Amino acid sequence: MSEEVGFAIMPLPLLLSLPLVLLAVGGYAVAAAHRPGCSRLVYGVTLTIAAVTLGLALAHLLTAAVPATLALPLGLPWLGAHFRLDALSAFFLIVANLSGGVASLFALGYGQHEHAPERVLPFFPAFLAGMNLVLLADDAFTFLFAWEFMSLSSWALVLAHHQDPANARAGYLYLVMACFGTLALLLTFGLLAGPDGGYNFAAIRAGQPTPGLAALVLILALLGAGSKAGLVPLHVWLPLAHPAAPSHVSALMSGVMTKVAVYGFIRIVFDLLGEPVVWWWGGVVLALGGITAVLGVLYALMQHDLKRLLAYHTVENIGIIFIGLGLALAFQANQMYSIAALALTAALFHVLNHSLFKSLLFLGTGAVLTATGERDMERLGGLIHPMPWTALAFLIGAAAISALPPLNGFVSEWLTFQAILISPELPQWLLRFLVPAVGALLALSAALAAACFVKAFGITFLGRPRSPAAARARETDRYSLSALFALATLCLLAGILPGLVVDGLAPVVGLLNGGARLAAQYSQPWLTLVPVGEVKSTYNGLLVLLFMALSGTVAAGLIHRLASNAARRGPAWDCGFPEASPATQYTAGSFAQPIRRVFGSIVFQARERVTMPPPGDSRPARLEVELHDPVWERGYAPVANAVVAISTRFNYLQYLTIRRYLSLVFGALVLLLLGMVLWR
Amino acid sequence: MRGLAFDIAHLLAGGMVVVSFLLLYQDRVYALLNVFALHSLVLALAVGWQAYIQEAHHLYVTAGIALIFKAVVIPTALHRIVQRLGIHRTLEVVGGVGRDMLAGTALVALAILVMLPVTAGADALAREDLAFALAVVLLGLLLMVTRQNAVSLVVGFMSLENGLVLAAAGARGMPLAVEISVAFSVLIALIVIGVFLFRIRERFDSVDMQAMDTFREGRRK
Repeated sequence: MSEEVGFAIMPLPLLLSLPLVLLAVGGYAVAAAHRPGCSRLVYGVTLTIAAVTLGLALAHLLTAAVPATLALPLGLPWLGAHFRLDALSAFFLIVANLSGGVASLFALGYGQHEHAPERVLPFFPAFLAGMNLVLLADDAFTFLFAWEFMSLSSWALVLAHHQDPANARAGYLYLVMACFGTLALLLTFGLLAGPDGGYNFAAIRAGQPTPGLAALVLILALLGAGSKAGLVPLHVWLPLAHPAAPSHVSALMSGVMTKVAVYGFIRIVFDLLGEPVVWWWGGVVLALGGITAVLGVLYALMQHDLKRLLAYHTVENIGIIFIGLGLALAFQANQMYSIAALALTAALFHVLNHSLFKSLLFLGTGAVLTATGERDMERLGGLIHPMPWTALAFLIGAAAISALPPLNGFVSEWLTFQAILISPELPQWLLRFLVPAVGALLALSAALAAACFVKAFGITFLGRPRSPAAARARETDRYSLSALFALATLCLLAGILPGLVVDGLAPVVGLLNGGARLAAQYSQPWLTLVPVGEVKSTYNGLLVLLFMALSGTVAAGLIHRLASNAARRGPAWDCGFPEASPATQYTAGSFAQPIRRVFGSIVFQARERVTMPPPGDSRPARLEVELHDPVWERGYAPVANAVVAISTRFNYLQYLTIRRYLSLVFGALVLLLLGMVLWR
Repeated sequence: MRGLAFDIAHLLAGGMVVVSFLLLYQDRVYALLNVFALHSLVLALAVGWQAYIQEAHHLYVTAGIALIFKAVVIPTALHRIVQRLGIHRTLEVVGGVGRDMLAGTALVALAILVMLPVTAGADALAREDLAFALAVVLLGLLLMVTRQNAVSLVVGFMSLENGLVLAAAGARGMPLAVEISVAFSVLIALIVIGVFLFRIRERFDSVDMQAMDTFREGRRK
């Protein structure tokens, strides 16, 4: 017994000292960013530290150790800084440091091409340290401090290439939204702590909020964590900010920082808020998740910028995760804990999966960006010839995010659907109608995602080069390739051995679900995944892989066997390209056009206009597409306009005399004192 | 004895309010400085008396600081500044003594109305002291708001600060370090303001705030 306790308490101080090392490396990089080996050193250290953190967290989760806590005399004097390592934070530490480590490995090669290393190297370790600290924090002050630290260091990374006005705008919008999100979280913790100011998470857990207060906390947590995660309609900053950063940072922001936001939501709603769950909470989260999933993928389809497309897919996947969380809330509210465990497992599994394949895809885009200098798909093409390995890894990632078996994306979405299929057992009629509708949205988004990645992979890697830069591309370096294939392998492994991941998630689910978890999967024969019962549904990724391999081999063999070797003569088929110009190929725009016609005319008020020059005019005919972003135009633009109008109105306050300013202060003071007297 | 101690403390704190009123209607610069010296002297007495009845010996230091710096050094320094600037003959245009007096009276009433209910639990001495201190602070602000001359602004600021010290002395348990640092900050403020006065004068040939304002750039109507 004493040994067990000793083991449980040991890792936390070590885990806390690692971010300090990261900060020290960041500090070193401030001074030495331009020295020749500094980039290698920084990324080497972040890789090592991420690996150590990953190992410690994995050990904690797999041994199902008791939660370890630690209080340090830092921060607010009457509160101190509290840290805690439990199954939930261990799982998210694994997610964060897996991607963090692989992104560092990638950057060992990719970082060499960075032309402004002094703007990236100091902040990358700080960003990683901030995310790890958020996951370990055990009081509101430490949590918010680490959260802001994470936001600000990532903001600095977004502005790494600040000369581009688009990046500057992205950074500004990100900062505004991050402030808004933190404000919401601040209010959340304020409500949770109550008037006595019990900001320690242990004290918050012990408290019993009234239903009205709890509902307010849920809404605020949705606003605060949702704005960081990218829930529609709080997502507007995300597709601008994530692509603006260097690619390995984009991978971390999309793959990990959004997960840290999901962690914040889970920590507040499932852990801190405790039991009093009302059924409509699940409905709200579900509806938001469904809308986010579909809108995210529709936005993504309209994009021709590879990184922005990926960023919009992050929005979509966050929607899928929130669908799982909403289902879990709905089932928990009806005391159906075994099914809530299924939904939670699905959501957490998707958290892991999305961090894997989104990092893979962003890193792959980084490789393409280094090779060609292009992010616009319309200027890429044919890259599978010069960059076959990158193309293979990107294809695996694309198949995984499109939820194709036997890869990991399929498993988590399949699990989500299993939970959706049990929804008719819910007693509330509204939920009985809502959940299948959200299921339909989920199915729609999965199909659209597949369409989107056919476009992304096909236009980027297949066909012929659409620009000289794409024609000159070369395969990326070995560090980057090993990072890409590490992630691709993990995507495949998590897809064919899902039972192991589900078992690994069991302690986390038990922690959030009052002890109820899915049955252990390792005892199932042939590593089959049996979430509810054998009569309902089973999935075996290994079998699917074997079947695909076998049928593929047999088909290839048969074709080789039966096809004739005799030479045939026929008219030369020009593949539909009578001219040699690469402009005659299918483009990203042409891939998106059918879907734009079906959905875009409603959602984005898409209008197409063809301008034909009059006869005799030598100008080419033009097809112009006009898209409107409904969220921006209806939600944000009015607010921004109102702020500008009000500030213009009060601008004269900047040009008063000293006496006027003094009079204002004096008047305000007297008014407040008067208010005090009268109000009493 | 207790009754007498209370009465004297009351008298001195009330005296500060009265002197603040005296400050309000001085229209000559020298007279303003002299009254300010009187203000600081009364403050020193009030703090010293508090030190005696509270048996808080560190308050004697505060009283000493008030006496030496605020009653002697700062008024003398301001005298010399005024002399060197050559503005000792300028008449301050006070907007209307009656108006200011009425406003000041209202402010004192406000201070008492605010402070007495808030400090219902504290002992009578601290309550009176705090109410008078707030009144002195408000009167100092009023002085700053109603005057045009930069020197008057400085004096208003200093008298406001005197009110703060009075409040600090009345509240028991205020550490000495805080009072000393406040005193030093005032000294530094004096030096900075003095330098600025000369700079302003060099540039604009006047220390009238109204005159300065016309030079401001980018002014929009």
